[in-house]
Amino acid sequence: MANRTEIRLTGSGGQGLILAGIILAEAALLDDLNAIQSQSYGPEARGGASKAEVIISDEEIFYPKIQNSDVLLCLTRESYCKYIPDLKDDGILIIDSDVDFDNIETSYKIIQIPVIETATHEVGKSMVANIVALGVIQQATTVVTKESLEQAVLKRVPPGTQELNRLALQEGYKLVSNHT
Amino acid sequence: MPSKNVKLMQGNEACVEGALAAGMKFFAGYPITPSTEIAEISAQRLPRVGGKFIQMEDEIAGMAATIGGSLAGLKSMTATSGPGFSLKQENIGYAMLTEIPCVIVDVQRGGPSTGLPTAPSQSDVMQAKWGTHGDHPVIALTPSSIRETYDLTIQAFNFAEKYRTPVFLMLDEIIGHMREKIEIPDPSEIEIFDRVTPDESEKESYKAYDNNLEVPKMAAFGEGFRFHVTGLMHDEFGFPKNDTTVTEVLMSRIMGKIENNLDDIILYDEYYTEDMDLLILSYGGTVRSVLSAAREAQRAGKKVGVFKVKTLWPFPEKRITELSKTVNKILVAEMNLGQYFYEVDRVAGKNCEVSLLGKANGEPITPTEVRNKIEEVL
Repeated sequence: MANRTEIRLTGSGGQGLILAGIILAEAALLDDLNAIQSQSYGPEARGGASKAEVIISDEEIFYPKIQNSDVLLCLTRESYCKYIPDLKDDGILIIDSDVDFDNIETSYKIIQIPVIETATHEVGKSMVANIVALGVIQQATTVVTKESLEQAVLKRVPPGTQELNRLALQEGYKLVSNHT
Repeated sequence: MPSKNVKLMQGNEACVEGALAAGMKFFAGYPITPSTEIAEISAQRLPRVGGKFIQMEDEIAGMAATIGGSLAGLKSMTATSGPGFSLKQENIGYAMLTEIPCVIVDVQRGGPSTGLPTAPSQSDVMQAKWGTHGDHPVIALTPSSIRETYDLTIQAFNFAEKYRTPVFLMLDEIIGHMREKIEIPDPSEIEIFDRVTPDESEKESYKAYDNNLEVPKMAAFGEGFRFHVTGLMHDEFGFPKNDTTVTEVLMSRIMGKIENNLDDIILYDEYYTEDMDLLILSYGGTVRSVLSAAREAQRAGKKVGVFKVKTLWPFPEKRITELSKTVNKILVAEMNLGQYFYEVDRVAGKNCEVSLLGKANGEPITPTEVRNKIEEVL
């Protein structure tokens, strides 16, 4: 069977989740895997529910959308409520510390960590929450290598922000290593 | 990354890259979701290759300027979505009768009317065929991957130039907005066709609509060749003629230039069609779900074949008729409520059972839905 991982990044418009999805897919290509990135969004430019999807596989990927995710990142309560039913039983939920999740028994793994707060206070810019999240996903899944992820991030971010984004990745890795 | 030219690219971006590889030098349009990236990227790229981009005041003006660019000798393109495609139709008919080579991209979204701006559909299939009035020649291509978007955009320009006619490139929001791995071919591997133009020596005798040729030579406006362009029926110099014989000859030539070249124009791919109990016909973003379900069915020992349409119009009637004699059941999967299904049923219905998996609520047809339908039909 093919080695296939379906990752859904959810939150609200303006959090940079679509860019994060693109970077993750480009990192997978650097690792010589197949990847498809797609998105859905409302008519608004900011606010509203936003969702980016990435499928990474060593086999040809036909259907570009996610039916059931292996990894679900939620940065808002709204997106958590909307997408949690489609997370696989053995999947991973990565949820921001400011978002309440339902206190029910689950078979999937829950990693609740302060993604947005880390971006704001540890890295110094809330804008890089998406890059912190990518570090978190890498550390939690190893779906792409750290080398490829860093290369893909640096290729996409504006000149002059490389150090900031490199730090954001490091803080993301740390959040998972320190999580118990 | 491997040394080859491999990239992660969006469908709309691949369309622009293909157009530039084909020699596009002019783009005119009016932005509309989900096609906007095509205008946006064309605006960035065209000036760097000596081309021109212009954002017009509305959709029909975008079509008019595209026609003008082509008449001036440049390979021209416009892009829109269903609502804009409706608004362009008057000038599309004009381009067909006046035989203006150009490419019109329609990234389909949910309709009718302004419908669902950010959701996919394939509901402009019949609009491509019959959106403008009168009998007219239609070439419409539809890609199902990012590489195919690149390739078919080049093909659309080649057909437009070769047959001196507008060509539709029918994307859908799935293909337009998804990003996928693409290996960009080396320019030396790409075949480019340029319109046939008259020589200087033909200046005095030039006929822009020479009926002795299947596809008349096309001079650029401003080069000193005299001709007239009108949406009225016209003689070989382009001047209006309200005459049944002139009309008969002109109509039969502009229809014939497509109908006599079906083998060149009709493109499709077949998967597992040698021995099958069920054939699924699909195209665009939807065929990806079909291929996913068919691969799974084949692994489970089920004989499910796939016919992937790349040329929607002219209709691949000959091959579909042949296949309908080798199978008991055909299923048509499309993001509309049966626009292509009725056409397939018209030619295949007398030989086998034809059914529809159609959907028009803004969601793609999923592999699970195709799988369930396979189980139901087989």
